[in-house]
Amino acid sequence: MKLFEFEAKKILAEHGIPTPRGALASSPAEALKKSLTLKPPFVVKAQVLVAGRGKAGGIQFATTVEQLSQISGKILEMEIKGLKVERVLIEEKARTKSELYFGIAVDRSRRCYVAIASTAGGMNIEEVAARSPERIIKLSVDPIFGFRNFHATKIASDLGYSGKSMMGLAGIFHRLYRVALEYDAELIEMNPLVETDDEDFVAVDARIIMDDNALYRHPNFRERLFEEKKTELTHEEIRARKAGLAYVKLEGDIGIMGNGAGLVMATLDTVQLHGGKPANFLDVGGGASVDRVAEALKILLSDPRTSVVLINILGGITRCDDVAKGILEAKTKTSSSKPIVIRLVGTNEEEGQRILTQRGIRVLNSMDEAAREAVKVSRKKVS
Amino acid sequence: MESFFSEDMRVLVQGITGTQGRFHTRLMLDYGTNIVAGVTPGKRGGEVHGVPVYDTVEDAVRRNEANASIIFVPAPYAAEAALEAMEAEIKTLVIITEHIPIRDSIEVMSYAEKRGVIVIGPNTPGVIVPVSCKLGIMPAHVFKEGVVGVASRSGTLTYEIAAELSRSGLGQSICLGLGGDPVVGLSFVDVLGMFERDPKTESIVLIGEIGGNAEEQAAEYISSRRYPKPVVAFVAGRTAPRGKRMGHAGAIVMGETGTAESKIDALKSAGVDVAERTSDIPRLLSKSF
Repeated sequence: MKLFEFEAKKILAEHGIPTPRGALASSPAEALKKSLTLKPPFVVKAQVLVAGRGKAGGIQFATTVEQLSQISGKILEMEIKGLKVERVLIEEKARTKSELYFGIAVDRSRRCYVAIASTAGGMNIEEVAARSPERIIKLSVDPIFGFRNFHATKIASDLGYSGKSMMGLAGIFHRLYRVALEYDAELIEMNPLVETDDEDFVAVDARIIMDDNALYRHPNFRERLFEEKKTELTHEEIRARKAGLAYVKLEGDIGIMGNGAGLVMATLDTVQLHGGKPANFLDVGGGASVDRVAEALKILLSDPRTSVVLINILGGITRCDDVAKGILEAKTKTSSSKPIVIRLVGTNEEEGQRILTQRGIRVLNSMDEAAREAVKVSRKKVS
Repeated sequence: MESFFSEDMRVLVQGITGTQGRFHTRLMLDYGTNIVAGVTPGKRGGEVHGVPVYDTVEDAVRRNEANASIIFVPAPYAAEAALEAMEAEIKTLVIITEHIPIRDSIEVMSYAEKRGVIVIGPNTPGVIVPVSCKLGIMPAHVFKEGVVGVASRSGTLTYEIAAELSRSGLGQSICLGLGGDPVVGLSFVDVLGMFERDPKTESIVLIGEIGGNAEEQAAEYISSRRYPKPVVAFVAGRTAPRGKRMGHAGAIVMGETGTAESKIDALKSAGVDVAERTSDIPRLLSKSF
């Protein structure tokens, strides 16, 4: 779960990491009013949960309160990568001497957290790592030993700092690791972490991505996960998640559901190989009940973009008869006439296939055959 | 495969009294797995399908000399269960549980490394050696005894491909699910090492997916040591958009890392045959014999 910049900064500030003075506003008037307690020059930042808002014009500067109010109005009317800007963060612009990067991420191959630091702050850190790896400092963290003060000191020193500023910087690094653990962050970063003209440090941008699987430890955030406009999830994704389904919206017209993430991904790939375009990814998970299958199919049938739905089930703990009943229930309740192509094999397949063929629904035996058929049907629909 | 499954494997089921634990204990016993004890705190003295239940792993191990454990414990308590098992000298651990927080998994893996414990999973269907032993939840009937070693990051896709292989007369020496999480125990590289030493395994199928760089590392391993056995691979997720989790917590392209193209390119340059469709795998494998 991605947190908004203003939320991430609030958390950092609560843990003693300096952030710019600022306020949140949802209208130009509110921005104007709140800016009166701030010192110019200002920066106005769109609060959206997508990367690349700077390039899209979502971050702009102002020298007067009038200008700030006007810019706020402009940004609040924007849509960035399909997301409407609901709020802006107005802040005092930091007087930048240099820009650093510091973050904690998960190193999947080493199976541990890794602290990443660089003097090339304010840029895409992956690009920096690819282009000039010598500018990146990485330190793997033993989770049982922890990221200690001396680790933080070593990194600050390796970045070229000394004396008071080195100590200050190390303190910030160490505090950020504490935040990462406390909030179950799979990624936390300050980019840039700015060194100001007075040799202080301030986190000018901050990002926290919480581990969805750990949200049960953070009830406030878990409740919010299902609220629209408060997370990166779309309307359909929220509906699917509430029903215990994994759903991702795509660009095409062939609705796809199946059991098991790998199998559904492979189904998408096979459809594309046959020249079709998947409208979504939907995994009903293991051991799906009649209700869960029905809800999944309803989501796909109600999507106006889909011309055909492809169902690919290989039953292990999932029972084919339950799947068949769920399919019939969804068809009855939605009274949709959209064609459905079904591949249904595995546990109780005879019973499942019988339930469907009795109602005149044809059941196929292989994924490849089903994918080809779905593409054929979608073409007929279009032409 | 003797490097992994020994004759004297004595299995413990943690979370044996839950719905999943109970159900799969039955199926594993039927398959011939030597299950000697179960653990559920608070249920000492009970029995599940004739298997005695204990409160603690320590007690279960002391009385039954268990040396492997399969974990069905719910996500909030699963890491605790794994740590308990390792402290009680369990040397092989299969974690079936899905949705374990990454922070917890990282702790488990770090401790496992220190204690020399093999961890499979989390979020895995487990391991099966057709037709002698199964430590997992996979539908047994799709697997046949044979000489193909299979390692996979996905459950149902493994069943799909195993069924495909069995139909074509290509039985399996062992099938391992590595798990769909970002942080898992055994990797493709570890498993390739085991397959190489296993005299019964003659060729290998790797089933990868988007996210992380386990496939790239496998490719590097295969080419750097001129891996002696033929390898065929399949990588799911060519159509996956960036930044979206495709069902598995670990199946996500972040920035430029973890794309299917990168994995397929790496494997191909290492001389691995990469199948475009799962149905192509038996043909590619037969070609390599």
